Amino acid sequence: MSFAIQPHLSVPQIMHRVSLALIPALLAYTWIFGWGVVLNVLLAVATALAVEALLLKIRHKPFKAPFGDGSAILTALLLCMALPPLLPWWVVVIGSAIAILLGKQLYGGLGFNPFNPAMVGYVVLLISFPREMSLWMAPIGGEHSLSLLDTLRYVFTEQLPAAVGGIDAYTMATPLDALKTGLGLEQAMGEIMAMPMFGYLGGSGWEIINALILLGGLWMLYTRLITWHVPVAMLGTLFLIAGIFHLIDPQSYASPVFHIVTGGALLGAFFIATDPVSGATSLRGQLIFGAGVGLFTYIIRTWGGYPDGVAFSILLMNMAAPTIDYYTRPRVFGHKGDQG
Amino acid sequence: MSSHPDQTLWSFPGGLELPGHKALSTAGPIEVAKLPKQLVLPLQQHIGAPANPVVQVGDKVKKGQLLAAPEGFVSAPIHASTSGTVIAIEDRQVPHPSGLSAPCIVLESDGEDAWCELQPHADYVNLDPSELRNIIRDAGIVGLGGAGFPSFIKLNPGARTSIDTLILNGAECEPFISCDDMLMRERADEVVHGARIMQHALNAKRCLIGIEDNKPEAIAAIGEAIRRLNQPSISLMKVPTRYPAGGEKQLIRLLTGKEVPSQGLPIDIGVVCHNVATAASVHRAVELGQPMISRIVTITGHAAAQPQNMEVRLGTPIEAVLEQAGGDNGQAHRLLLGGPMMGFELRNRQLPTTKTANCLLLATDQDAPKREVISDCIRCGQCALVCPMRLLPQQLYWHAKAKDFDKAQDYDLFDCIECGCCTHVCPAQLPLVNFYRFAKTHIWAQEREKQQADLARERHEFRLFRQQREKEEKAARHKAKADAVAKGGGEDSKKAAIKAAMERAKAKKAAVQANGADEAPTEAPVKESTAPETAGQPAPDKEPKP
Repeated sequence: MSFAIQPHLSVPQIMHRVSLALIPALLAYTWIFGWGVVLNVLLAVATALAVEALLLKIRHKPFKAPFGDGSAILTALLLCMALPPLLPWWVVVIGSAIAILLGKQLYGGLGFNPFNPAMVGYVVLLISFPREMSLWMAPIGGEHSLSLLDTLRYVFTEQLPAAVGGIDAYTMATPLDALKTGLGLEQAMGEIMAMPMFGYLGGSGWEIINALILLGGLWMLYTRLITWHVPVAMLGTLFLIAGIFHLIDPQSYASPVFHIVTGGALLGAFFIATDPVSGATSLRGQLIFGAGVGLFTYIIRTWGGYPDGVAFSILLMNMAAPTIDYYTRPRVFGHKGDQG
Repeated sequence: MSSHPDQTLWSFPGGLELPGHKALSTAGPIEVAKLPKQLVLPLQQHIGAPANPVVQVGDKVKKGQLLAAPEGFVSAPIHASTSGTVIAIEDRQVPHPSGLSAPCIVLESDGEDAWCELQPHADYVNLDPSELRNIIRDAGIVGLGGAGFPSFIKLNPGARTSIDTLILNGAECEPFISCDDMLMRERADEVVHGARIMQHALNAKRCLIGIEDNKPEAIAAIGEAIRRLNQPSISLMKVPTRYPAGGEKQLIRLLTGKEVPSQGLPIDIGVVCHNVATAASVHRAVELGQPMISRIVTITGHAAAQPQNMEVRLGTPIEAVLEQAGGDNGQAHRLLLGGPMMGFELRNRQLPTTKTANCLLLATDQDAPKREVISDCIRCGQCALVCPMRLLPQQLYWHAKAKDFDKAQDYDLFDCIECGCCTHVCPAQLPLVNFYRFAKTHIWAQEREKQQADLARERHEFRLFRQQREKEEKAARHKAKADAVAKGGGEDSKKAAIKAAMERAKAKKAAVQANGADEAPTEAPVKESTAPETAGQPAPDKEPKP
């Protein structure tokens, strides 16, 4: 095969472009779920840059102000796409700091991290602060919404406007959450999916965000920032397995389309599993890597304890990436064996 | 088989479409560089052992006269590139990335540029291929495509009686360089004549001349020459303009569909590949009797005042060549020897032109971007997509950097052809090829050390063996003497002593022959000649100092 290589980008250019591809989805996320997302972004980006600069200073490495190599910002933005839209400030700061510190710098910085830093930060928060991490705002059009001032007050003091009552008035389960709960109550799939929160395909509000993530992903494919291998392998596997179970028992297993367009499947497929540092590097390896992420995502979503499984799946496959790479080396020119 | 160019059917993996910038230096004809006052001829302008001077300081020499003879098999002679006087044989700085100095013959020109007597062989078809190879060897011809490997070695079909295909490499895939292009345009006949001679030396059934399709003038000229000289066994092939189409393995793949096996040579698949300029030199050496004393050099780059090609006598200072070409046009630049992909920067311009100097590139920052590392490898895999050997450069980098040389070899480090595609696309701007060279150099050094250690161990073991043997012999001598004394026979005891000494000598000779080691044997004959007199005396310990 032969690729016409585009004008060559530098590492910061690549990072900034991936971040750029994420902006439409982030804007939609803010529009649908409120000001909390903006505060998350500001806190996460500021923390990521501060920790990155500090750690590089300690390690006597250069940090090019103001954004370094662009990877810290990207990590912070990816983390924010995964985080619930309203969180106390310290949760965001801890998550972002852990992503950069434990996820990246302690391994030796960008290029040496075996795990995707944003997913490390996210999973640490998910396990450590399950209460905060499971509160999702109701999407736009709900009964109550928080103004910017109210949001600020909640983020920094964890107090809500007295008039409305508790946090429950503002929050709502995510579609995957509701699915898990519904199935736990032995409701039929048709019954669950008929709830208004499930929207047309993957949950009201979520559909728009995921459509914009898909758009950003397609733009990255078009500009060759990523190759098709990981997204196609991951989404294809998820679709295939979900399809098989859905065909066998449509009342117990959600449709494959729902699996693709809800939760973190598209974000993971285009923006996170495609992380070259922590993923497989050969093209055949990327197919296996993507397929593994899709498989584990389905398993965790369907039979695991968490509603979504993309983050865990990616971390699991990150562990497997070096081995995958070792066994999927292309046939070197002049060597015998299969065409690579 | 025809002179009409055929488009090749095959492709190679990876590669890059690079802007060629060839037109810059192909506007005018090949100029001839002026005769300089002084020429510096390095004794090593080729792969292999440096040549051995056969002239002395003060000798008057003619143009084309032998100055230094080859040393060993893989080596090439050096000839005077003009007439004059040898004024020095000493170390001078030579063109090398490290700026090292090496032995050179310095020639002062007498301005007459008078040839020595030449021996043309117009009827080479009647010559035995081995005689042809000798002529080519004695003419100092080395591969002009870049590496400078002595050409006569690659004109030997070896164990085969014939080879299938001779390939002439006219791809010239590296940007900016146009010396082969201009040679083919202006001296197509010489190339075709050279191809015929090489075919004869190799007993090659056919010859394919591969030229990148960005050189229509060269393709037309070569096609015309093949037609005019009526050479039905020579075919012209157009190859796509894609770096590194001119790499030996890549061109063979493009023209024949075959892959040169890893660790192997083209001849293993019945193919031999030579550069077109080498073929022209072979023609001059055989049919005109002229040794290799000049080459065509491209002077180019967007900072060059008058980009052009020049036939330059070997040994001419680069400074003088650049000066004749008008120097730079005032733009900031670096001087590269070779192209932007595989060339290296020269910090000194007082260096001589050598057999492998194909291009002097006055490169602006656009021509050959100065690359600063901006981050570590993010494993984006761009390098793997462009690698023409289908290697995983990101993995090689990782292991080379960690000095895990076993792992690097496991990832087929030695299949890397150092074309620089990976370095070119690297978004972290890592000098990847430098890491691979570093790893290769280390592995070679380790292997040499291991060989030396093995040798030392063998010597040590032999020494222990010999000490033990001498001890035993001493005991035996004592015993023999004691026995003789006990018997009481005077004559007998002497005879016994002589016999014992002779046996010792025999044993030692046998031991020496069996071990073949390069120490210990020297003492044997001297010692043994005096043995009868000293028989019975304790042998002096002749352990050589290490």
